Amino acid sequence: MIADLSADEEKILNDVKIRLAKYGKERGQLIPILQMIQDKLAYLPHITMEMVAQHLDIPPSEVFGVATFYNQFRFNPPGRNPVKVCLGTACHVRGGDIILENFERKLEIKEGETTSDKEFSIERVACVGCCALAPVTLIGETVHGNMAPSKVEGLVMRVQIEKEMKEREKQKNESGQ
Amino acid sequence: MNPVNNTSSDQIFSAIQEEAAKRRKANEEAPGCKIHIGMATCGIASGALETKAAFEDALSQRGIEARIHTVGCIGHCYAEPYVIIDHPESGFPPIFYPDVTAGKAKMLTKLFLEEGDPRLEHILGATEENEMIPSVMEFPRFNLEKRVVMEKCGRIDPEDIYEYIAEGGYTALVNCLRRTPAEIIEEIQNSGLRGRGGAGFSTGRKWELARQTQQKDKFVICNADEGDPGAYMDRTLLESNPHQIIEGMIICAYATGARQALVYVRAEYPLAVKIVHTAIEQAKSLGLLGKGILGTAFDLEIEIFEGSGAFVCGEETALIRSIEGYRGMPRHRPPYPVEKGLWEKPTIINNVKTLASVPPIIENGAAWYREIGTENSPGTAIFSVVGNVTHPGLVEIPMGVSLRTLIFDICGGIPNKKAFKAVQIGGPSGGCLPEKFLDTPIDFDSLTAAGAMMGSGGMVVMDEDNCLVDVSRYFLDFTQKESCGKCTFCRIGSYHLLDTLERLTKGEGRETDLDQLQQLSEDIKNGSLCGLGKTAPNPVLTSLRYFKEDYIAHAEEKRCPGLTCRALIAFYIDLDKCARGCDACVGVCPTEAIFTTSNRKKGVDQSLCVKCGECVVACPPEYDAVEKVSPPGLAPIIERPPEPLAKKIVS
Ligand SMILES: Cc1cc2nc3c(=O)[nH]c(=O)nc-3n(C[C@H](O)[C@H](O)[C@H](O)COP(=O)(O)O)c2cc1C
Ligand code: FES
Repeated sequence: MIADLSADEEKILNDVKIRLAKYGKERGQLIPILQMIQDKLAYLPHITMEMVAQHLDIPPSEVFGVATFYNQFRFNPPGRNPVKVCLGTACHVRGGDIILENFERKLEIKEGETTSDKEFSIERVACVGCCALAPVTLIGETVHGNMAPSKVEGLVMRVQIEKEMKEREKQKNESGQ
Repeated sequence: MNPVNNTSSDQIFSAIQEEAAKRRKANEEAPGCKIHIGMATCGIASGALETKAAFEDALSQRGIEARIHTVGCIGHCYAEPYVIIDHPESGFPPIFYPDVTAGKAKMLTKLFLEEGDPRLEHILGATEENEMIPSVMEFPRFNLEKRVVMEKCGRIDPEDIYEYIAEGGYTALVNCLRRTPAEIIEEIQNSGLRGRGGAGFSTGRKWELARQTQQKDKFVICNADEGDPGAYMDRTLLESNPHQIIEGMIICAYATGARQALVYVRAEYPLAVKIVHTAIEQAKSLGLLGKGILGTAFDLEIEIFEGSGAFVCGEETALIRSIEGYRGMPRHRPPYPVEKGLWEKPTIINNVKTLASVPPIIENGAAWYREIGTENSPGTAIFSVVGNVTHPGLVEIPMGVSLRTLIFDICGGIPNKKAFKAVQIGGPSGGCLPEKFLDTPIDFDSLTAAGAMMGSGGMVVMDEDNCLVDVSRYFLDFTQKESCGKCTFCRIGSYHLLDTLERLTKGEGRETDLDQLQQLSEDIKNGSLCGLGKTAPNPVLTSLRYFKEDYIAHAEEKRCPGLTCRALIAFYIDLDKCARGCDACVGVCPTEAIFTTSNRKKGVDQSLCVKCGECVVACPPEYDAVEKVSPPGLAPIIERPPEPLAKKIVS
């Protein structure tokens, strides 16, 4: 398994290994460890969970069982611009599910999935705490309040345009050198 | 533990207080004006960071001296981002400005700060009584509130412990260090404080049970899991005034004999985690936490545990399991956590609001607290009132105020001239109450008697355009996903309940559905171990009881009276009202379902329409041509004209 890893991946795993060593081996460390890995890698690759199992000396199924129990953990990499649609009570009452559907249609993926170019992923979240602005959507860390289905396309386009601008800038810089 | 000789702790604390007073005075006397900006998550979400940056830019551009003071949330979410400008030289009192965008910030800097014109058309009111402009205290949203727990929220910088101390913070702790634990617990018991985590158990009794256990190594846990998907007051408290909660925890630990404490806060609340972390560090650095608190022999460490987002982990035994590194599944009680809790040690678990109520009670005395609220539910309640109300936000009211006062007087009632339909209280465990319960006083027992419950304190107000079947489906969808799966009735029962509700909202209801919902709900209530299963059917049971006509309309007529369930509604364009040649709706339709009829008006292709309602918003009010009907069969059929041949060939 390890043999198939790219150099980058191997580096990441080594980094996780070093960090793991700083944690104690008590069972109570399990969730903090998983949080640390997700914090670093944005998701929990299968192999890291096996590493955690080895570290704590418990069966991998236990680690997997705990990780899947909690909503926080994800098992596939999110997109570079994770779209989080709030479906808390206030947002639901104001049509949050229609916003979610519009993102799904526009990006051609379902909730929980990532676009093939890894640019976007869609998640649902419960109450981000700005109910007065319902319905609410987060793109990355930016909160967009008073969402409407017709704003979806504009937001997606904005992210794409910003990215293109950055790339052009980069190219300009490179060719300038 | 006996109170130690405390003259020294008094001295140590006086020195800290002096420092706090000195800093406060320096700030007050600093030249120039002060701009207070609310910077909790809600403020930031509404653009407070941009507002702050705009002020900073404008100030430095114009060379004006002013202090920007970041504070927490004052609960007036409808007004975010808000600022309070204190500009003594202008002769005006401090003024509250709502909705201060970056542009407005620049404008205010120029016109008010530089030229002295407060632009009265933009203000909400002054924050002090004065002769010149009306004070915000004249508004019911301000003067009907009673702030005990949230008193300092929005007034102090949560990341500066000295500001809390300058406002009288930590005096309750010093006061407690002079007394015996038994005396403190007696005070709490006399105050009648009941747990704000939902169940309303007497806090004094819980502490007394914990104090009496012989076991050593006790834990205090502050429950900040706040899993209700529509409530955010615990987070706001943590973000706006963390020290009041920490002070409550220290007092709790001192009174019960605990030496270790934990704040269990959701990982989804990164700002709260950060602020609590800072607060703990600051308290430690001043000797208010850690070894030998204020020179006494009392030690306490507080740690943060980040909860990973499972609603059931708000339940105390599940919460403990999750700290221990397991799946958060509740277990049978007794033994209660005060006997056997975290790592089998006695553990006192209290909600954020419960702990934050402790310092004011100690400071002002049990008798003072009892004056607030009702006989059986003393004190205040904090609600996040959201949904279809004019002034949503966090509201702290004395217990016993009626729902009507809260919704109509304080929060401004229902906007857009709609009628009130229902109020959902207590989140997924609570219930929906109709208009006839609006005069119910808000307290633990009255709400439970009405079929709702205090629960988390989430309150969602719904106008006539809401469907109670859909709301029940929404909550069941939530609880069904969050059921930990331990009890069969909760695991499978909630699944079937949801399935039935989904069928109803899709127009596939059966005659037997209503009876089945009722029966199944009761069975789940009886057959579940923890509060999640026991209360999950509440939304269904209350709405079945008070809004049966909604259910019947769905089951028998396949009609949604609230025009919400999308399978049961249709949009169409009234050709008599539609303006020839207007394209407003075409542009916003996400699925290109709107076409032009042969006489250049518009029609909706029902097969493509996803019923998002954007065309209703887009249609200019002078035409108001888009209609929404249920059942969908009521929409007249307008044929799409055959496409011109040329266009077909191109595509
Ligand atoms: C499903 C479920 C979820 C709960 N969620 C919370 C919560 O988010 N916050 C909380 O303080 N208490 C919650 N509780 C109540 C706790 O079990 C416990 O009663 C409470 O934290 C005790 O604190 P108190 O006495 O201060 O109310 C929940 C209970 C159940 C059954
Ligand atoms: S419900 Fe969406 S922000 Fe609260």
